[in-house]
Amino acid sequence: MSEAIKKTASAEGIIQMQGVNKWYGQFHVLKDINLNVQPGERIVLCGPSGSGKSTTIRCLNRLEEHQQGRIVVDGVELTNDIKQIESVRREVGMVFQHFNLFPHLTILQNCTLAPMWVRKMPRRQAEEIAMHYLERVRIPEQAHKFPGQLSGGQQQRVAIARALCMKPKIMLFDEPTSALDPEMVKEVLDTMIGLAEDGMTMLCVTHEMGFARTVANRVIFMDKGEIVEEAAPNDFFDNPQNDRTKLFLNQILH
Amino acid sequence: MTTHVFKPDMPPPGNRIGIVAWARANLFSSWLNTLLTLFAFYLIWLIVPPLLSWTIFDANWVGSTQADCTKEGACWVFIQQRFGQFMYGYYPTGLRWRVDLTVWLAVVGAAPLFISRFKHKAIWGLGFLVVYPILAFTLLHGGYWGLTNVATSQWGGLMLTLVIATVGIAGALPLGILLALGRRSDMPAIRVVCVTFIEFWRGVPLITVLFMSSVMLPLFLPEGMNFDKLLRALIGVILFQSAYVAEVVRGGLQAIPKGQYEAAAAMGLGYWRSMGLVILPQALKLVIPGIVNTFIALFKDTSLVIIIGLFDLLNSVKQAAADPKWLGMATEGYVFAALVFWIFCFGMSRYSMHLEHKLDTGHKR
Repeated sequence: MSEAIKKTASAEGIIQMQGVNKWYGQFHVLKDINLNVQPGERIVLCGPSGSGKSTTIRCLNRLEEHQQGRIVVDGVELTNDIKQIESVRREVGMVFQHFNLFPHLTILQNCTLAPMWVRKMPRRQAEEIAMHYLERVRIPEQAHKFPGQLSGGQQQRVAIARALCMKPKIMLFDEPTSALDPEMVKEVLDTMIGLAEDGMTMLCVTHEMGFARTVANRVIFMDKGEIVEEAAPNDFFDNPQNDRTKLFLNQILH
Repeated sequence: MTTHVFKPDMPPPGNRIGIVAWARANLFSSWLNTLLTLFAFYLIWLIVPPLLSWTIFDANWVGSTQADCTKEGACWVFIQQRFGQFMYGYYPTGLRWRVDLTVWLAVVGAAPLFISRFKHKAIWGLGFLVVYPILAFTLLHGGYWGLTNVATSQWGGLMLTLVIATVGIAGALPLGILLALGRRSDMPAIRVVCVTFIEFWRGVPLITVLFMSSVMLPLFLPEGMNFDKLLRALIGVILFQSAYVAEVVRGGLQAIPKGQYEAAAAMGLGYWRSMGLVILPQALKLVIPGIVNTFIALFKDTSLVIIIGLFDLLNSVKQAAADPKWLGMATEGYVFAALVFWIFCFGMSRYSMHLEHKLDTGHKR
């Protein structure tokens, strides 16, 4: 299967988006998005709701289809070819706002499902890896419980461990803390900071500006489907160039 | 700085335990409730004693002919005498052990699947699904390995009911699941085929399907080409019921949040694995009541095969009651048939409840 995947030279970066446009019916959600991400880069996307930030990262593993432009992830261009798409998905982990753990499987089974069925790993090895990552997110003792028995923060940490079990090259986070009670936000952010320290390539849609400041290499501000401003976190927060960015920061930083 | 001290948990107030308290709360809580309770007791007094005396105390239990039924109550001698016909139809008496063996094989073969500590359920279940139908067909139908052939026209009674019901269920469930998936497919051609199939079979009555299969179909087939009548009925039942199962399963698929599909896709699971490992296990669990409902209806609908001249349990009873030697035994026969049907349907219902309870990981996502 893998030999059929067309690899594109990736000197430009592990993720390349070139002139990406997308419409929902008549509605133009993404307008000419250009983005290059180097391996190990940590990027935070922020912006008001409906600005297209979630759609942008969901295009990177083809949960959303783009209609114009080119997206190349880890040397594989995303086209209608399902094999290309699945080969990208194997290398890209995703964490969702609502966790999306599988409620009929235990925590351990949630973590071993993809390694066993996608990577064809033997059960024993998959379980070892799962336990390793569950320890990393500090909930190995919950391995045999079901998702519904865990708190929101714990579920989200499991979701992170589940994605890591596939040993992805890139991690996408789609508002990972937005559905959590305030008390649980920190445990999830700490897990993500740990991940960043290990050099994982991360793209994160979040409203946690503290997290953006400490972790990101680059902050991207989007509005109405366009990238409005893109800067290193210190410049972005202390010296925003665009009026729209200033207004947004004013509103969320109080 | 002060430290907040939380109040200790207290037991709930009042004491509402004991049979008198229970009766007061549930039977005599208001004058209307009291009136209804008394009325219900009156109805019970009116119905239950005569029923018990007819079915048990005044019933005739021993004998061999109608003349032995001298007491006022039910003549169970009729059931006793015709029991073989009710169970096996016209299956030759000397060969009925083959039917019994088929049933025992099913019980023994399926038993490990119900033992929670048995580890290889998947393999065993799959093997059972492959091997058992072959064994069952060979045993019941014969014609191989020196077994005398018994034509399906001789099959009847409860045995025929069970054959139609189990084949119908075993065939309709997988076909129904595929149809449900097809109806939600992204591929328009598949969707159109599935929608057309489902709407066609849901649009015609089962009785028409059976009639068509036995009367009309042979007219369209070339001379000399003929299927077994029972086989035609079975195919008709499977196609018909699969349309209903498909719609029930589709309801379950729609109840699964989009996030589950996305999470499965995002980890690189392809369509069939997403469905098989993530979506269907959840969706089917949700629709167990609906599926079992369909199966119970299917079980009872088997009696419609009378239209093509097959004699299931109910029709065997009807036939026996028409025998001049046993005139006036229809009530006993129907009560017996009803009891047997009820036992099977109630069993299915209880099992589905057990299954729901067992599969309930009990939690929102």
